[in-house]
Amino acid sequence: MEFLVITGVKLALILFIFMTALAYLQWVERKVIAHVQVRMGPSRVGPHGLLQPLADVIKLITKEGVLPPHVNKFYYLAAPFFAVFMALISISIIPFGTDITIPAMTIGGTTFGPYRTMMELADINVGILLVLALSSMGVYGIALAGWSSNNKYALLGGLRSSAQMISYELPLSLAIAAPLLTAGSLSLRTIADTQQGFYLGFIPHWAIFQFPAPQIFSFIIFMIAAFAETNRIPFDLPEAENELVAGFHVEYSSMSFAAFFMAEYANMVTVCSVATLLFLGGWHPLFPASLGSNFIAPLLLAGCGAVCLYHGLHPARPFDRYTLPAFAVIFFGLAGLMAFPPTVPILMPIFWFLAKLLFLLFLFVWIRATLPRFRYDQLMGFAWKFLFPVALVNLLITGFLVALAS
Amino acid sequence: MVTETGNPTGLEPVESPDYEAPIKGTRTMVLNMGPQHPSTHGVLRLLLELDGERLLKAVPDIGFLHTGIEKEFEVKTYQQCVTLTDRIDYLAPLSNNLTYCLAAEKLLGLEIPEHAQWMRVMLTELTRLNSHLVWLATHAIDIGAMSVFLYCFREREEILRIFEMFSGQRMMTSYFRIGGLALPAPRGWQKRVKDFIDIFPERIDQYENLLTNNQIWIGRTKGVGYISLQDMLDLGVTGPMLRAAGLKIDVRKDSPYSSYEKFDFEVPIRTENDVYARYLLRVEEMRQSTRIVRQALEGMPSGSHQAKAPGIVLPDREQMKTQMESLIYHFKIVTEGFRVPEGEVYQAVESPRGEVGCYMVSDGTQKPYRVHWRGPSFGNLQCTSKLIEGTLIADVIAALGSMDFVLGDTDR
Repeated sequence: MEFLVITGVKLALILFIFMTALAYLQWVERKVIAHVQVRMGPSRVGPHGLLQPLADVIKLITKEGVLPPHVNKFYYLAAPFFAVFMALISISIIPFGTDITIPAMTIGGTTFGPYRTMMELADINVGILLVLALSSMGVYGIALAGWSSNNKYALLGGLRSSAQMISYELPLSLAIAAPLLTAGSLSLRTIADTQQGFYLGFIPHWAIFQFPAPQIFSFIIFMIAAFAETNRIPFDLPEAENELVAGFHVEYSSMSFAAFFMAEYANMVTVCSVATLLFLGGWHPLFPASLGSNFIAPLLLAGCGAVCLYHGLHPARPFDRYTLPAFAVIFFGLAGLMAFPPTVPILMPIFWFLAKLLFLLFLFVWIRATLPRFRYDQLMGFAWKFLFPVALVNLLITGFLVALAS
Repeated sequence: MVTETGNPTGLEPVESPDYEAPIKGTRTMVLNMGPQHPSTHGVLRLLLELDGERLLKAVPDIGFLHTGIEKEFEVKTYQQCVTLTDRIDYLAPLSNNLTYCLAAEKLLGLEIPEHAQWMRVMLTELTRLNSHLVWLATHAIDIGAMSVFLYCFREREEILRIFEMFSGQRMMTSYFRIGGLALPAPRGWQKRVKDFIDIFPERIDQYENLLTNNQIWIGRTKGVGYISLQDMLDLGVTGPMLRAAGLKIDVRKDSPYSSYEKFDFEVPIRTENDVYARYLLRVEEMRQSTRIVRQALEGMPSGSHQAKAPGIVLPDREQMKTQMESLIYHFKIVTEGFRVPEGEVYQAVESPRGEVGCYMVSDGTQKPYRVHWRGPSFGNLQCTSKLIEGTLIADVIAALGSMDFVLGDTDR
């Protein structure tokens, strides 16, 4: 009973935060790309376009879902939801912090707790395998969408996607296998916890720096393969707008169209979380608390607040006078929360996890704004002729070093 | 008969009797790319026969933007026709204005003041920059580099503002008229043009930073879209495409017009003849054009913006209000135009896309008897099939982008 209630609460919380975050990820992407490209980005709906995701969702929900007459109805309707289902489910096994203890409470004479729970939905001891399995299932959504649309562009997109995802699965798995050798576990939580601690008191014990086999190459290979797995530029061939119009989702509209976008962003978050957990030490900070790592978060947030306040006092646009001070208050509040001693042990891991996650997500957006797209044959050649052998050699060397050290 | 395609729209698949399936028993797919497609730059339609991702046969289908402009020349007076030329190649309106005006002026035997000639050169080169910027922008976004698109449009916006300053219009400027320019140059134009060309070379470096040494860009463009020089000459290709194949041909140098001979500039050539070479060549052309604009700006001779030809050039507004003669000329030019001596003439101009030619026949009346327009896009598009057959779909997009055609220029 206890377990069910706690899981239910966690489920609701994670789902709510995650879905909102997905919508806002789109906003972040549009804003970041806009600023890279010297333009404004969304700025009409709400202050700084902050309500844009909400407006997009309302627009997409209220749009007519067109069911073209020439499609295979069952698969056509099932494909987007299959894609989004597979993408969302993998987030349930991503740990994002240490355990928390809810103190005992007495409500109406009955005492509850104390409860101790982990910051994740399900701690599975083969978590990483499940992530791999789910991500390889995700391709079915896209391939089915491409095939069932009965459209030539969609078909080409679906085929490209299947070939691409199957090819990149291999280097991805090999890149994952290498840090598993040093960690000696398949549970994401255990893997993250093996990266605790510091060399010489300041070099973090993260997998990319870890003795005996630093996993920096695995990390790079993993990130490249992750770009391909999530169909992002420079590997966005399945939906290559300029070649295949919109690729596999050319026939989709309304919420089924939105589902593919949600799946893409959810996949991005998943791979970035996995990269954080495997290579960047999960929720373990960049430098030890003795050197003040706990002050980074409040300082950063207070700095954001100060910048907002400054610009609010010198507004560039009329409404900035009200919106920016409001943001400043929010930032200062968060900074206070981060500095408040009782919440520090709970919030600090989450902060470090999110910071690394957001950095990787920013990398995705940054690269999208910078790089052109690969060609189909180059993409496959890159996977099989370059990435696969490199990943294999990397795994061999890691295994050798680990064996030597033990 | 090619294939059964399972085409839900019920359209007949393309007929090509000389074609056989590559492997017996396999089927190919006919993909109807365009007229509505993000990368066919307008309304070009391509019928592509695909074996997987590989292209077996490509049949371009033009004519979706047919405007009948050539016919319309025959029912308008000479002066009215200038506005039509803007709309032929809408990315290089001033090059077209220039072609038409030079042809008409040749028939009339008009001598254009030096100031107007230099101004024409400067604005035509700005047009070249404008057109090349749009080309680079769309070419880059076709290959997936989306930021270059917006950077290029940022600079293009500046050029359009300069055009607006001169003529009051951003795109359909009609600024060159028979006998000179439509209006005297606006106050403060020197500063605007100078500001632009001072910053522009840096901006070209920005684009090059993003593309020239980018391995993905090189991979997508190098060795793609090759066609032999002989084939190009046979098909009537001109302009940057030909120069990227190693032939030094440029109307500005070969038969200078509008005092181009007084400017110091290079005609860049490359020999690789692929998409990458065309990219490098056009980027170099942008640098050369900036040079020409700078020379024109610095050495701009003073003088009148229109020739002294009372019956052809509209009189000055103030004179018209005070002098009877000017008023009569104004009335006659506006109501019935002017007569052009009988004869025929061909005038070629180097537009951003290649040689744009105007063949004009006059029967001595106020309206052209016939104007034939040699659009460079039409010639360049002829090599589409040869350029893309046997490549992959992604190469089709890259090769089309490197041709830099404008459909308005193709269908007249």
